[in-house]
Amino acid sequence: MRARRFLLGALAPIAAIVFALAVAALALLLVDINPLDAFGAMVDFAASTESVISIINRATPLFISALAVAIGFKMNLFNIGVEGQYGLSALVAGAAGAAVALPAPLHVLFIMLVAMAVGSLWAAIAALLRTRRGVHEVISTIMLNFIAFGINAWLFVNFFRAESQSLLLATPIIPDSGQLPSLNPLVEGLGFTIKAGADLQSFSIIAVLLGIGYYLLVWRTRFGYDLRASGINPIAAELSGADPKKMVMRAMLLSGAVAGLVGMSPMLGFYHQYTQDFPPGLGFTGIAVALLGRNHPVGMGLGALLFGLMDRSALILDLEGVPREIVVIVQGVVVLAVVVAYEVVTRLVHRQEIRSAALATAQPAVEGTPA
Amino acid sequence: MIQPAVIELERITKRFPGVVANQDINLRVEHGEVHAIVGENGAGKSTLMKILYGMLQPDEGVIRVNGQETRLRSPRHAIQIGIGMVHQHFMLADNLTVLENVVLGSEPTKAGQIDFLRARSRISDLSGAYGLELDPDSLVENLSVGERQRLEIVKVLYRGARILILDEPTAVLVPQEIEELFASCGRLTAEGVTILFISHKLDEVLQIADRITVIRGGRSVATVLPGEVDARRLAELMIGSELPSPATTESTVTSVVQLAAVDLGLRDSAGRWLLAEISFEVHGGEVVGIAGVEGNGQAQLMEVLAGVRPPTSGSVMMSGEDATRWGARRRREAGLGIIPEDRHRQGLLLPAALWENAMLGHQTRPPFSRGWLVDRPGARRSTRQTIGAFDVRTPGVEVPAIALSGGNQQKLVAGKEILAGPRVLLAAHPTRGIDVGAQAAVWEELKKARAAGMAILLISADLDELIGLSDTLHVMLRGRLVARLDPQTLTPEVLGTYMTGAALGESG
Repeated sequence: MRARRFLLGALAPIAAIVFALAVAALALLLVDINPLDAFGAMVDFAASTESVISIINRATPLFISALAVAIGFKMNLFNIGVEGQYGLSALVAGAAGAAVALPAPLHVLFIMLVAMAVGSLWAAIAALLRTRRGVHEVISTIMLNFIAFGINAWLFVNFFRAESQSLLLATPIIPDSGQLPSLNPLVEGLGFTIKAGADLQSFSIIAVLLGIGYYLLVWRTRFGYDLRASGINPIAAELSGADPKKMVMRAMLLSGAVAGLVGMSPMLGFYHQYTQDFPPGLGFTGIAVALLGRNHPVGMGLGALLFGLMDRSALILDLEGVPREIVVIVQGVVVLAVVVAYEVVTRLVHRQEIRSAALATAQPAVEGTPA
Repeated sequence: MIQPAVIELERITKRFPGVVANQDINLRVEHGEVHAIVGENGAGKSTLMKILYGMLQPDEGVIRVNGQETRLRSPRHAIQIGIGMVHQHFMLADNLTVLENVVLGSEPTKAGQIDFLRARSRISDLSGAYGLELDPDSLVENLSVGERQRLEIVKVLYRGARILILDEPTAVLVPQEIEELFASCGRLTAEGVTILFISHKLDEVLQIADRITVIRGGRSVATVLPGEVDARRLAELMIGSELPSPATTESTVTSVVQLAAVDLGLRDSAGRWLLAEISFEVHGGEVVGIAGVEGNGQAQLMEVLAGVRPPTSGSVMMSGEDATRWGARRRREAGLGIIPEDRHRQGLLLPAALWENAMLGHQTRPPFSRGWLVDRPGARRSTRQTIGAFDVRTPGVEVPAIALSGGNQQKLVAGKEILAGPRVLLAAHPTRGIDVGAQAAVWEELKKARAAGMAILLISADLDELIGLSDTLHVMLRGRLVARLDPQTLTPEVLGTYMTGAALGESG
């Protein structure tokens, strides 16, 4: 029964992806491009070692972003503010990291802690508005994103920018002790050769650990139980002793802390500073990845890799004369289609479970099931 | 000329994979009668009803409606040929008016617009003819439960039903409303409507039905006249064994006050007092009953005692300590158990596994958790014990709660709270919606717990249950405890007069 449930669960995202590819193929046909050629070029391009590294590097922050969103989702709390939280965190953590001198592992830890603290604090505003004033967190986190963008620009230009000749705004470079090494020696040790310029970032390991931590927290701890119970049935959860205000507060702070880590993979492994071209949009894409992965760590991991793959292979499309916006279309359609597909599959699974329960209990009929 | 039966079922059999839900069911319903169908939860009543209103198709057997052999393809088809279903759980849009709810889904139109004028006149015709009084313009959210039910009946009549299936219609009603419903049933049958009345409340069935068909184990075991049998005989037909009674024997009341309310008051945001001057004590080994027509503050009292709603005044004492400011978690950990009145809304995590439901409310202590971690094996083991002790019918502890029937859900909710062995148990309608056998099991466990020293506050709409189990009985009316009665000498009739305020010199 379990295996069956798992298969049914996997059916939805696969169906959605196939559907999205079909839509993309249709769009390509409309502009007179053979979709098979385009997809073929993307797959060929994505198959190189360098591409795989790039995909993992792109997937890492998306996965962490999805984790941040999923923590909220698990109790029906919609943290749309990951975007603002990680941007602000990356800026402040980057500036703080460059301003202190610490021995190697501590320096990295310090930067991460600063990022988590900033993300948490920013998310706390939305949590307070919700628990004290009843402002829905969707509204407040969206608005807080805009405020965060503004504060970010103001802090950046006026306080945190480095003196430099470059036209590009950037914070000072974090010293070596605050940088994470690449995993290339490890990969090469496994017999792969990597061309210059591609570095597998070691934060991907931290992301995997975060994924495991997320799983243990949500499914194996009392806190996770309260979190899920509050998400499924807030009234019953409250009667069972889970204080709804405290739960909103804790979930939001935790979500914000994880959101703070979203920018850490590019920051510690690649940029070593916060710059004007620091990757944007990771927070919003994280929502899509969380939806695609159904808040399950493995699902979100695969979803993040899929989005990384699409981003990476989009690079080749320009060279093939294919508009790369096709990738954005696919990503958008996947998310929409997956929401629909999950709804359908959930109904199927429910029907299945009700039937098998009726069967195993030799109960002639199941009463009181909502139509 | 002999009129053909309105509905005639012959050897109806319905199989689900691996199980026969209905086997060789025979049923003959005459024109204009109230025909009751009784049976335990899971006896096959629901399957039979689903077949009758077109939701399921039988594998074998013949259905005749007004003498014509018929295949009921869908509920829509059933209503077309005059069979309408009134569900136990109302399906109404709260934010629409009575009129709008009635026409919803079958709007009469004139030039593309809803013809409310015509609908209005038909509704008042129906209301007048059958004594189903309703104001077409009041919002459903303002209706009482009884009025909502009337609206459901009008809805199916409006669609042309001449045969009504009422599924557990009295489960949600207070005594006065039940009287009104029965009066309406009389008017309806007098006008030639036929009623199929599904219930497991035998006294009511004996009162209202012209004939009674008993279903047991998926078969129709007998059709009897109410004059031929009494409730005891009927119950024996249903379950085929000795009958349980809620009555407790000797007093086990101790001198330790486990739960006390001291002058509790609760005011809503509009300044109305929902609860006022509530004081009572529950000793270890004592069952204190709260009787009252629903909606007189019982739900609010429950919330205040559970710690999810702070009182405006007064205090709550647990085992001598002032617990007024404690939240629900602290009260749970201090030994409070809660069987909430609405299991779906307050007591279950429907999509979650049974063992996760069983730990709800006990998640901070063994065997459900160890420190900060959930103890999965411990929780599963404990859940299996509950399932065994309360005969929860389920294939295992991993199935989601939503897959269980309503009665089994209730057994799980009541069972997990009683077996957790709290010092104080708040039990609201602990046996609502479960059959005679399961009811006996819950009563038995409550008695055992009482004998072991548990303090139990019992809120119930079942007057026999209240009188039988309680050591002390309070009557609640408009947020106040208006009388304290001795269950030893009390009859349901007398209790009823207190509940409506009549015995206190008030008008209903």
